Amino acid sequence: MKLLRKNIEKLNLFLENYPKIGIYFPQFLIILLLGIIISYFSMNASTNMAARGIETGFGFLANKASFDIQFSLIDFDSNDSYARAYLVGLLNTLLVSGIGIFFATVIGFFVGITRLSTNILASKVAEAYIEIFRNIPLLLQIFFWYFAVLRLLPSSDNSLILFNFVFANIKGIYIPRFIWENLNYFLYGFLFSILIIYLFVSISKKKQEKTGLQVPTFTTSLIIFFTINFLVIYFGQVGLTLSYPVLETNRGLHNYMGGVSVIPELIALAFSLSLYTSTFIAECVRAGILGIDKGQKEAAASIGLSKAQILKLIVIPQALRIIIPPVTNQYLNLTKNSSLAAAIAYPDIVLVFAGTALMQTGKAIEIVSITMLTYLTLSVSISIFMNWYNKKNSIAER
Amino acid sequence: MKFINWSKQNLFANWKDSLLTITILYLFYVSMPPLLNWVFLDATFFGDSKKDCTGDGACWVFVNVWIKRFTYGMYPNDQIWRINLAFVIFFISIGSYFFVSSKIKKCIFIFLTVIFPFLAIFLFHGGSLGLEEVETRVWGGLFLTLFISVFSIIFCFPIGVLLAMGRRSNLPVIKYFSIGFIELWRGVPLITVLFMAAVMFPVFLPSGTNLDKLIRVIIAITLFESAYIAEVVRGGLQAIPRGQYDAANSIGMGYWKSHLLIILPQALKIVIPGVANTFIALFKDTPLILVVGLMELLGMVNMAKTNPAWLGLATEGYVFAAFVYFIFCFSMSRYSLGLENKLKTTN
Repeated sequence: MKLLRKNIEKLNLFLENYPKIGIYFPQFLIILLLGIIISYFSMNASTNMAARGIETGFGFLANKASFDIQFSLIDFDSNDSYARAYLVGLLNTLLVSGIGIFFATVIGFFVGITRLSTNILASKVAEAYIEIFRNIPLLLQIFFWYFAVLRLLPSSDNSLILFNFVFANIKGIYIPRFIWENLNYFLYGFLFSILIIYLFVSISKKKQEKTGLQVPTFTTSLIIFFTINFLVIYFGQVGLTLSYPVLETNRGLHNYMGGVSVIPELIALAFSLSLYTSTFIAECVRAGILGIDKGQKEAAASIGLSKAQILKLIVIPQALRIIIPPVTNQYLNLTKNSSLAAAIAYPDIVLVFAGTALMQTGKAIEIVSITMLTYLTLSVSISIFMNWYNKKNSIAER
Repeated sequence: MKFINWSKQNLFANWKDSLLTITILYLFYVSMPPLLNWVFLDATFFGDSKKDCTGDGACWVFVNVWIKRFTYGMYPNDQIWRINLAFVIFFISIGSYFFVSSKIKKCIFIFLTVIFPFLAIFLFHGGSLGLEEVETRVWGGLFLTLFISVFSIIFCFPIGVLLAMGRRSNLPVIKYFSIGFIELWRGVPLITVLFMAAVMFPVFLPSGTNLDKLIRVIIAITLFESAYIAEVVRGGLQAIPRGQYDAANSIGMGYWKSHLLIILPQALKIVIPGVANTFIALFKDTPLILVVGLMELLGMVNMAKTNPAWLGLATEGYVFAAFVYFIFCFSMSRYSLGLENKLKTTN
């Protein structure tokens, strides 16, 4: 022990005399260590792959996938390539994340605001909601909605019928499909109206900064929006008809044709992702609103702003500054959590690519790294955006 | 009278509040009786098979019969005492931690973090000293949930602390290595890390070696969670005022000495609630090991519900599992919240 201490003291003295060694040596050591580890693993990998007769490389992406995907947003059949299967999986992941983000935000803001309600009963109910859905593992919630609720729906020939146009059965939920005529006119008109409103808002903002006169932007924008769209719809003869799902019987098999079918896996996944993430968003919203100093509201009231103005001009902008960064983080978590889809066989990127494609090709390294890189790209780009946003919106302190 | 005043203030302050209160009460009135009937009044609690369930309510017989499997997995029945013994030791030492003097506290802490893990592994796995060997593939149930989460957190804590220090280091190689490592694991979902453990690890190991699946999973979870722990600890390091670093340097302490004696003891105390939250997240993530074929509590429920003699009881199984997870997570989160408040007032 004494000897060790003496040696350490000697080493310290030595390092003090040559300070550069203290800087370069540890870094050199790390690089050396990493190099050894990486080369050891890659050596093993190459011998193992050679022994199993698996070629490495990404050439397999162009090969025929020869499996089917039960649900995809773009056309896919077994003649398509693995690259296209990857795209199908990615789109499915983005689809369920998008739906989840939308509903999680809506529910989360609603619950978060209710949690702050002066009505004690409402606030307690919101709290119970948050505690229950936050403290049960997401996978369990997905299983519950999928196996214990959606799998218990009746078979196709006696589906549950809601409002005469929504049909629910064990194969999924069927809703009417929109059939548009001259949809492109409508889209052009819609974009045009948005552009006009944008110009109008920025002009009136400049005017207000110059002269102090307020233009009722919101009402005018609504009027512009509806007039332009109505004119386009009327003169462009844009039409909308609904195609209802119809029960068809083919060789004793009942099936709904026409309309849009939503598979139960998607419903269970989107539902549980929204419920689970909404609890976290609710907490962020609550923290954001509580984070605003009471003095801000009082100061705003004392210069004669109305209640609505206080909310719109003072509370919401400041609360959003606190709320948006953690909520974006939750969106990211939701997207990553959507990978649990694999457990109930919703064809997302993990199931299609890291599951089926990996089983068929055996290219573990390539496929797992592509999958991880995909998620990594998503999260790194979101965190870059977040840093940019924080910098832009941080309070300029004097 | 007091109650009327109270409810006037908090429930019926204006017409909007009153409407809200009445709506919520009505919803309770509609939904509660059937729910209570299902859970308690019409439910069957005792029996041996599905046939004993006669009422319209829940069939808790399912949980009752399978409870041993849900708790211990496929662990052999005559060996279960080993798991129980380990957990009894664990809980006794944690419980006594709160009642003894600080000197014994240190001993208990060292016992729990250094000796107990080996003792527990020996008890669970056996294979020598007269204990029968129990392979990890029969481990399961709630026992496995606790095993994986406790061991992962023990392993990932030191790695996380080192990574956090590395991220704040002045040496560019160490700094960027730490940043890269942390962001890599934080950017990918756990399920892909588990896939990696299942299919990629074997490729990287020398041919012929066969690393146990459970060990691979624990390595994967440790790598994954250490990145989260690192970020939590970094928050603690950042919260230590600059003066503490300067003071430590001015009395001649080097990097390691100042960190070990001055900075880390303070920083780690601040981050206890954050670490507890990471632990809860880890606990909630353990069911995911299902995808690589390990059966913890949720996995066992999933297996039991496909048993031909017990078909159609998925709801009961999931409700039971949800209840167990909820009890664990809720009590832990309340505890960490209490710690947080305590730290807030003392600092």
